[in-house]
Amino acid sequence: MAPDRRPLTPRRTLWAVAAIPVAFVGYLFVYPMVRILWLSLSEGLADLVFDRRLAGVAWFTLWQAVVSTLLTLVIAAPLTWAVSRYEFPGRRLAQALVVVPFVLPTVVVGTAFAALGWRGSVGAILAAHVFYNVAVVVRTVGGLWARIDRRVEEAAAMLGASPWTVFRTVTLPLLRPAIFAAASIVFLFTFTSFGVILILGGFGLATIEVEIYRQAVIIFDLPMAAVLTLLQLAGVMTLLTYYARRQDRTASPLVLAAETSTRRRPTGRTRWLVGGSVTATLAVMAIPPGVLVARALANDGFGRLLDTDPVVGRPIDAVPTSLWFASIATLIALVVGMCAAFVVSRRGSRLSQWFDVVLMLPLGTSAVTIGFGFLVALGQPVDLRATTVLVPLAHALVAVPFVVRVMAPLLRSIRPSVREAAAMLGASPAQVFRHVDLPIVSRAALVGAGFAFVVSLGEFGATSFVARPATTTVPVMIFRLLGRPGTGNFAAALGLAVLLGALTAVVILAIDRFRSGDVGSF
Amino acid sequence: MRPGRLTTLFGAVLVLAACATDDPAAERPDTLTIVSHDSFADGVTDDTFASFTESTGINVEIVAAGDAGSTVNQAILTRDNPIGDVLFGVDDAFLSRALDEDIFVPYTSELASNVIPSLFLDPEDRVTPIDYGDVCLNYDIAWFENAGLAPPTSLEDLVAPEYAGLLVVMDPAQSSPGLAFFLATIDRFGSEWPGYWESLVANDVAVVSGWSSGYYSDFSHHGGARPLIVSYASSPPAEVIFAEGPTDTAPTGVVTDGCYRQVEFAGILANSAHPQAAGELIDFMLSPEFQETIPTTWFVFPANDTVELPEVFADNTVVPVDPTSMDPAEIAANRDEWLATWRQIVAP
Repeated sequence: MAPDRRPLTPRRTLWAVAAIPVAFVGYLFVYPMVRILWLSLSEGLADLVFDRRLAGVAWFTLWQAVVSTLLTLVIAAPLTWAVSRYEFPGRRLAQALVVVPFVLPTVVVGTAFAALGWRGSVGAILAAHVFYNVAVVVRTVGGLWARIDRRVEEAAAMLGASPWTVFRTVTLPLLRPAIFAAASIVFLFTFTSFGVILILGGFGLATIEVEIYRQAVIIFDLPMAAVLTLLQLAGVMTLLTYYARRQDRTASPLVLAAETSTRRRPTGRTRWLVGGSVTATLAVMAIPPGVLVARALANDGFGRLLDTDPVVGRPIDAVPTSLWFASIATLIALVVGMCAAFVVSRRGSRLSQWFDVVLMLPLGTSAVTIGFGFLVALGQPVDLRATTVLVPLAHALVAVPFVVRVMAPLLRSIRPSVREAAAMLGASPAQVFRHVDLPIVSRAALVGAGFAFVVSLGEFGATSFVARPATTTVPVMIFRLLGRPGTGNFAAALGLAVLLGALTAVVILAIDRFRSGDVGSF
Repeated sequence: MRPGRLTTLFGAVLVLAACATDDPAAERPDTLTIVSHDSFADGVTDDTFASFTESTGINVEIVAAGDAGSTVNQAILTRDNPIGDVLFGVDDAFLSRALDEDIFVPYTSELASNVIPSLFLDPEDRVTPIDYGDVCLNYDIAWFENAGLAPPTSLEDLVAPEYAGLLVVMDPAQSSPGLAFFLATIDRFGSEWPGYWESLVANDVAVVSGWSSGYYSDFSHHGGARPLIVSYASSPPAEVIFAEGPTDTAPTGVVTDGCYRQVEFAGILANSAHPQAAGELIDFMLSPEFQETIPTTWFVFPANDTVELPEVFADNTVVPVDPTSMDPAEIAANRDEWLATWRQIVAP
């Protein structure tokens, strides 16, 4: 084979890299799902009644997810624009603070919403979904926006385009892959919403996820639960397949610039716009956590974190445990996610499109079904069920899609010509990866790592139905405290939730600092 | 002799050797695993089973498996290859399902004679009662004093106009105390129960999904707007123990009518490799040593009658006059239909 005809990534390499995520998702997701669905459906489908109420549930699930996603995109847009295009004091802090809601348990946020009277309606559900998901948009879209070369926009402006026209015709098309990526994650979260619906929604509102829980746990009608799981998966797959097609068509390779060169200090009117966007968004988002802080302070909730309770021990001791679990989960998610993103970003192949869809599925699958699937599938050959290993693996399963979603758009946007140039100059595929892909990848990986870390730190409900060793992580400690009556327990639970939020902000801040530490090497 | 035969022979020798040493003492496990619901698992500390480990040399591990219903269902799904030796936390609401699916083997503890007789619900002893709790209405004493209103004293009072908009209950399909209160109303009103619930709805009852969210968001003692809530007879002593600042008197009271007694059981999982050691663990859970820790850890009452209650419990707990309980088989036979009817009434 003549050297200049050599494909950049040999098939062999691609398969080798693909093997890791394929094995991971195959063993921890596809196989357990097939086993539990098969077991459930073989029990018989004789008396399945898909009545009007269930049709109503399906409709509500779909429309609230669509509306939540659109609202989140719109509400997060000004903040995303400000933090990715402008440099101002407190920018990094703002970027870190939006992630805080991610780790706050719904029952804790519920008490804040209740104190504000924002509870018991569809409006409350939508508000909570926006509150929880703004971070997804700010970080996923912001990650790409910060790298779009200003000169592209300036050229358009020079040719007489108004700022709005520049945004609509130049910036927006360039951002589209990241916007779709963020939207797909927000959609999956809200489509499978559970805690928010139960705690903040009015009584009687149910998503398919809530209904699966009812059928699988309360009524123990496994065939019905399986049918609903399949319905939920069908919805998720339809969206994801559409998304994958779009993504493939819309992704345009572009010149990425270093963040420092794209961020400007805002001047004139822009200063007010930037300041206003950041302040207004953060001020509204700070209201529920503010209530938590106030209520924790009122009853010495922070002091109590250091007190030793004969039953729950010292609440603060749960922090190192959580950090340890989150670190392992992050490491696993990074390795698997990086390999997966590498495969997925190779365009044009049907297979990689499908792979992309399958990777996302755990986010869109009922937690109860996954938990039951683990039980029936993971007893052989090594009994992984209810082991300490399974917890970070389950967290990683949920975190991998984030890593892929953050990294794949960036990898896709690397112009093939850069890789080709490197190859032409004699670089081996490994060298091309090291010198072209890796510098971009490693920074994107850190954004993904941030998500993986907070997904694990907050535990996220995806693992609440996985049988697991009783290890006291921070969310478990919060539930312990909230499971007992008494002002002191309540205050300590809120104090710990606030601490968890603060810890999250610090971790994200540290990651961001490290990430931009050596900008300029590409 | 071909190598294949040799292997077989070796195998046979190994099996024989294993059988020879297969007396009970030799099969003592290093570890026993208890599968339980999250709220039990959350209360277990390093000390909980320390003296059991000391006297038997067996460590105890806990596996948390979600709520009570999820725990039982997981045990059913893993019946052939269980993830533990003992299951703790099946209550009267899910007992029938567990027994019908044969997930337990019978075991009669030598300490069973110390247990309150009415707590035994399985004549075949496949499950052993460990604790019980009375689900009762709680009221905010200060709220009623300020309003110049007497707290309700019966289920019938709750539909009176003066108590309109004051009550918080939990969804019986999702919450264990919610189901208990619901069953208490069915027991009291018989076939008339839907009418009673229609009156409750007309009197503006609030329905929430779970106890924590109701108690800490809606109950007026914790900043909510309603002074009456479904909780436990043991909640007032907890309010004393975990009060802000030292106090001796509880800020909340218990309505002693319309209470429902929930019993929690432990059972040895069928196909556990160590049924004998698992039996010893159940004995330990009935021993005074373990039973004494139950009130202040999980805020329920010890099943072992010989155990003395801590002072704060004795002083602040009102023992309900005549708590309801219901035959698990009756619950199992009717629950789905009852819940569907209830749903129609509450969220038409």
